[in-house]
Amino acid sequence: MNSTIGPPSSALRVTNAFKIFGRKPQEALKALKDGKSRKDVAALGTAAVIDASFEVKPGEIFVVMGLSGSGKSTLIRMLNGLLPMTSGSVHVGDTDISKISGKRLRQVRQKSVSMVFQHFALLPHRTVLENAAYALEIQGVDKKKRTAQATKMLETVGLTGWGDKYPGQLSGGMQQRVGLARALCSETDILLMDEAFSALDPLIRRDMQEQLASLQADLGKTIIFITHDLNEAMFLGDRIAVMRDGEIVQIGTPDEILTNPANEYVASFVRDVDRTRVLTAGSVMENPRAVVSINGGARAALLTMREQQTSGSFVIDRNRNFRGIVTDREVMALIDRGDSDLTEILTRADDAVSSETALNDLFGRSVESNTPLPVVDEKGRLVGAVARATLLAALGNVPSTTDAIQIVEPGQSAGNNDGSQQPAIFAPDPSGEKGGLL
Amino acid sequence: MANDLFRIPVGKWAESGLDWVIENLGAFFDGVKAFFSQFYAGLDWVLTTPPFWAVIVVLAALAFWLKGWKLALGSTIGFLVIYGMNQWENAMHTLALVLVASMVAVIISVPLGIAAAKSSAVSRVVKPVMDFLQTMPAFVYLIPALLLLGVGPVPGIVATIIFALAPGARFTELGIRSVDSEVVEAGQAFGASPMRILRQIQIPLAMPTIMAGINQIIMLSLSMVVIAGMVGGGGLGGAVYAALTGLNTPLGVESGLSVVILAIFLDRVTASLSKVKQHSAA
Ligand SMILES: Nc1ncnc2c1ncn2[C@@H]1O[C@H](COP(=O)(O)OP(=O)(O)OP(=O)(O)O)[C@@H](O)[C@H]1O
Ligand SMILES: [Mg+2]
Repeated sequence: MNSTIGPPSSALRVTNAFKIFGRKPQEALKALKDGKSRKDVAALGTAAVIDASFEVKPGEIFVVMGLSGSGKSTLIRMLNGLLPMTSGSVHVGDTDISKISGKRLRQVRQKSVSMVFQHFALLPHRTVLENAAYALEIQGVDKKKRTAQATKMLETVGLTGWGDKYPGQLSGGMQQRVGLARALCSETDILLMDEAFSALDPLIRRDMQEQLASLQADLGKTIIFITHDLNEAMFLGDRIAVMRDGEIVQIGTPDEILTNPANEYVASFVRDVDRTRVLTAGSVMENPRAVVSINGGARAALLTMREQQTSGSFVIDRNRNFRGIVTDREVMALIDRGDSDLTEILTRADDAVSSETALNDLFGRSVESNTPLPVVDEKGRLVGAVARATLLAALGNVPSTTDAIQIVEPGQSAGNNDGSQQPAIFAPDPSGEKGGLL
Repeated sequence: MANDLFRIPVGKWAESGLDWVIENLGAFFDGVKAFFSQFYAGLDWVLTTPPFWAVIVVLAALAFWLKGWKLALGSTIGFLVIYGMNQWENAMHTLALVLVASMVAVIISVPLGIAAAKSSAVSRVVKPVMDFLQTMPAFVYLIPALLLLGVGPVPGIVATIIFALAPGARFTELGIRSVDSEVVEAGQAFGASPMRILRQIQIPLAMPTIMAGINQIIMLSLSMVVIAGMVGGGGLGGAVYAALTGLNTPLGVESGLSVVILAIFLDRVTASLSKVKQHSAA
């Protein structure tokens, strides 16, 4: 226990959790702890989760990823005690789930941890509104209050006016919104989602991912999200845990998982993202925003950066050929020296990538540089930029902003800086613009 | 044919067991008998006292409410035919028998099915017992029933109940076990108690299957009630039995036809129960 004042540093803490199905779980457990492998103990039972430990911070989206049968569902069901664990502990806040049962466990489920299911798990004989209010009904909230609350939540997930319908009358995506509303209604801090979007078709799925991300930004829920889809994991996850055969083989940020896979298994997972090979820089790039003409001089460059609220800018020449990048610090220094020629401080002139470059090849460069990658056409003209966030969003096949991506038309001056409503290439967090999505 | 090698006197054991029961539990069975006679007499009174057309109107209204005008019309015609064949009173006696037996069978078998669905241990006991009860030739129940309860409608009702228990328990267990486990999990995940999950999720979702079981109970009861007519149960069963012993073709046809009409009515009405209030799930 640490003695610092304030909220606990973890919303959820799993310590050495084991789950073994079968006849002799305790014997299997002992063998596993003695260093035997999952295969060795197969005769004693199925080791579905082996020695899992992790912490989830409040407000974090923690994604658990792994192939079918790797133990994801088993793991998430131990977090709210739907499955009793064979060994280990799960702390929700200060409560150890593994030590309580019956009424106290139900209390935790009502107040602290709710769940969204893969196949929605709505009550087919109840209306959408009654479904959304179900968690509150269990908590004993009176009808008027829970109806009001559920109506509000249905509105939040974009289902205003559907309250009187039955789940069977809704599309899959809408049903899952009801499932989400039901979980949100219970006002728990922690949300468990087991392949919540896997049963939806790709377009709806992308939609739901965005909605979840913005909901999370608004409500600050702690979310444990299970998926076997890397794109989804990359898009949603603040951190990702990769599971294999019951064991967590790596926990890290999406960047870390992509660039630094712990082993061949994770690496092959990452490679599986076919679209990184299919997609090219040209297909995901966005309009470069901070762009200055090399003839404009230092003061013009500084003005542009201030207006765009960025700390760097692309530099192009009269033919819109990409010449390099300047940063605010160096421009300031240049002005201090009484100089104005940007050519002196140009850097990374060779960093431009062709619009034909596969996304796969952009990862390394994008991670190395803290500015977006300039994208040039076959004549060397600047046509777009790929920010790191764009790259990650592209993995989820989701535009990183809600605006349409605008590509600079050849012949149009890229040096103009009136693009205030266009996506910012140096903006720290494009998803911050999505607050008004719902 | 004598069996020289070895003979297991199962029948004798059963007989002495039964003797013991009669001697020691006589009071209990008197109570059972009183209960069923009252129950039956009450229901029979309700069905036979009003003029026949009033009963037909009520039954047709029920059919209309549950299924629609087609079944209402068909039922009206069917019951008029029964009346026309002079089997109305018999049919109402039989209906009362069937309803008493089915109600009691439902009250016993549905909770049994629920218990079996909730606990595999209970299921392991209930299943073979139900199989036994249902496969034993129905006539066999009549013997102890007669000895314990005397002649009249009651032994028939009790034998009918025992015979009809199995589908009720079996369908209920099946229905509850096949409720989508994710939906049950949802109830658990939001902190619902097991009783609440049973009441609000499992029973409502298993209802169509349970209703199919109840339909089976009623149909089995009807077939058994005719057999019960042989032990003085009266009603259509009595008429069929009388026709058989007297080789009375007209009575046989008329009472037999009435059983068929009653069966169709009961089947359609209870089958429609299992479809009421369902919302198609995607
Ligand atoms: N109730 C159970 N009894 C016995 N074995 C089980 C049970 N539930 C899961 N398992 C086994 O545990 C292992 C992990 O299953 P789990 O459902 O957690 O995997 P998963 O990662 O969620 O897979 P999927 O992506 O297919 O949902 C599997 O080998 C499975 O067969
Ligand atoms: Mg799973």
